[in-house]
Amino acid sequence: MADLHRFANPTRFLKLAGYIQPWALAVFLISLSVGLYMSFFTAPADYQQGESARIMYVHVPAAWMAMFCYTIMALASAVSLIWKHPLADVSARSTAPVGAAFTFLALVTGSLWGKPMWGTWWVWDARLTSVLVLLFLYIGYMALQGAFDDRVRAAKASAILALVGFVNVPIIKFSVDWWNTLHQPASVVKMSGSSIHPSMLWPLLIMAIAFKAYYVWILLVRMRSELVANKVRILRLKQVHGG
Amino acid sequence: MKQFAFLVRRDLSLAFRQGMDSLMVVAFFVIAVVLFPLGVGPEPGTLARISSGVIWVAALLSAMLSLERLFQTDYEDGSLELLALSSLPMEVTVLAKVTAHWITTGLPLIIAAPVLAVLMQMETEGFVILIVALLLGTPSLSLIGAVGAALILGSRRGGVLLSLLVLPLYIPILIFGVSAVDGAIGGYEFKAQLLILSGFFIGSLALTPWAGAAGLRQALE
Amino acid sequence: MFQGKDITCIRGERLVFTGLDFSVGSGGALVLIGPNGSGKSSLLRMMAGLLRPASGKMEWNGENALDDFDEHASNLHYVGHHDAVKPVLSVLENVRFWAGVRGGEVSDKNILTALDAFAAKHLADIPGRFLSAGQKRRVNLARIIAAPAPLWLLDEPTTALDRASISLLDKAIKHHREGGGIVVLSTHADIDLEAATVLDISDYSLKKIERGAA
Repeated sequence: MADLHRFANPTRFLKLAGYIQPWALAVFLISLSVGLYMSFFTAPADYQQGESARIMYVHVPAAWMAMFCYTIMALASAVSLIWKHPLADVSARSTAPVGAAFTFLALVTGSLWGKPMWGTWWVWDARLTSVLVLLFLYIGYMALQGAFDDRVRAAKASAILALVGFVNVPIIKFSVDWWNTLHQPASVVKMSGSSIHPSMLWPLLIMAIAFKAYYVWILLVRMRSELVANKVRILRLKQVHGG
Repeated sequence: MKQFAFLVRRDLSLAFRQGMDSLMVVAFFVIAVVLFPLGVGPEPGTLARISSGVIWVAALLSAMLSLERLFQTDYEDGSLELLALSSLPMEVTVLAKVTAHWITTGLPLIIAAPVLAVLMQMETEGFVILIVALLLGTPSLSLIGAVGAALILGSRRGGVLLSLLVLPLYIPILIFGVSAVDGAIGGYEFKAQLLILSGFFIGSLALTPWAGAAGLRQALE
Repeated sequence: MFQGKDITCIRGERLVFTGLDFSVGSGGALVLIGPNGSGKSSLLRMMAGLLRPASGKMEWNGENALDDFDEHASNLHYVGHHDAVKPVLSVLENVRFWAGVRGGEVSDKNILTALDAFAAKHLADIPGRFLSAGQKRRVNLARIIAAPAPLWLLDEPTTALDRASISLLDKAIKHHREGGGIVVLSTHADIDLEAATVLDISDYSLKKIERGAA
């Protein structure tokens, strides 16, 4: 009978999570050390921007992660709406703050990068503006999650929002790019794959791996604690309703 | 189709008898715009430069504020349940309510906009395009906002939450709406922007009723 | 014939009831009883299709009722906790709207007859905002007579009604059943229906079931 409760006993998931978690942490720590070493010491300084361009090795992977996490959130939301899989809810909910944190990191590093270049902390550059809007989307999602007493409703409403937001992300990106070409042609970084030198590409990719591994690790930590919190809540409800 | 008109008519007569709603939205729109000359100073050059942006931002905010009530009263008094049980598909119900909402709030905004354009010292070349752009843009605002209005039903903080959900999604409409007007004033291209605004309208017309209906269904559960 | 088999209801994250069966034939009545929170309203909302059961199925005349929501909705009337009476519309306009939105043409004469059945005909021109709670409930009940549907789902229909109005409701239900209609209602036992099946929902709560198994 107890199996009828949502999240009642995701034993298999918890077991699997237990295996993956230390590996994810190890990959994260190793690739972070290697990535940071390479970006500080082996990668060349930018011929125009000098040493300050090294912040790119944090900024760019963080911006990638911002979008990556939103994509995961939207996918998990779709799974939860269509197949009603409880773990999908939990993973979407657990991804949101992580994605928001990466988005924030991308904004802060972008602003730090802009300071020596333009002499101001903030420039309405197309990439930064899009990332800023993405942060608002994350904040809206998390606010909606927190606005309901009923966890199931919160999950459904925010899943719909995540999908609507996901459809809108490319439209917003396109609009902001258009707006930017009208007002301000300058850009912090132009990543046109082919022109980037391998000595810069490698640290970038390794940092990206580090961030992904961090995401996997923190996601599992958060999901496990969510599942425990769910169990506690169900026990509370049992106390109240005696059922 | 007959049912659709039936629901629109009912919402319109509700709005007209309650009376104040449309007036309040327009009043908010006007006062929000009037704050700008007071805030940035009355120099005609400055005002003219920011006029289209200010009018569009104020229109966005007014549309958003009025949306909070879109489904709220029907949700609270049980009408939404009965609408769900009526012969109208939920998507059509959403569309009908949005239509009524646009007629009672979007349209008055458009009528008020030229007056505000005068107050903001906008160049006369921009007037027609401002109205056209608002005509193309405000229906999308109502459509997108309806999804947000459905999602916040029964939540703890309605209005502020709605603005958080909806305003980021309004950004593309703002950008192209302003750009069309500025283009017309500066003598540049503006047809492309209007086409893109129409594209947004068609896109949101096709997609938002589904999302709104899904939002309403989960609110009723 | 309206049947449900092995229905489970989960609200929030709580199992409200499970393994619930019911069956009402044409002209029959089903009375749902049980303490607060036992799921009477939830079961009625499931019967109306507003809420999806976590498991189990429902059949209307042998066909799956949950498959086609619109089809099922056209067979039923649901009276919930709220009366859906708009304050700025007159009683007649209120009922006319709810009758009309179901698709069929409903004449004002029919609506007035329906209002008369609940002694509310004299209210026809009064705007909804002047009505008392009991009058609103009567208007809401008149709505379900104005546009006929075979299945009535009434969630505590006697709330706010005085004794005289309750007997009018009794009469309306009797009339409905004589015409082959089905009534399912939840109540705190202040209505007395002839030959009604009584279903105590608390029998299907997890606690009772666990106790039974032990």
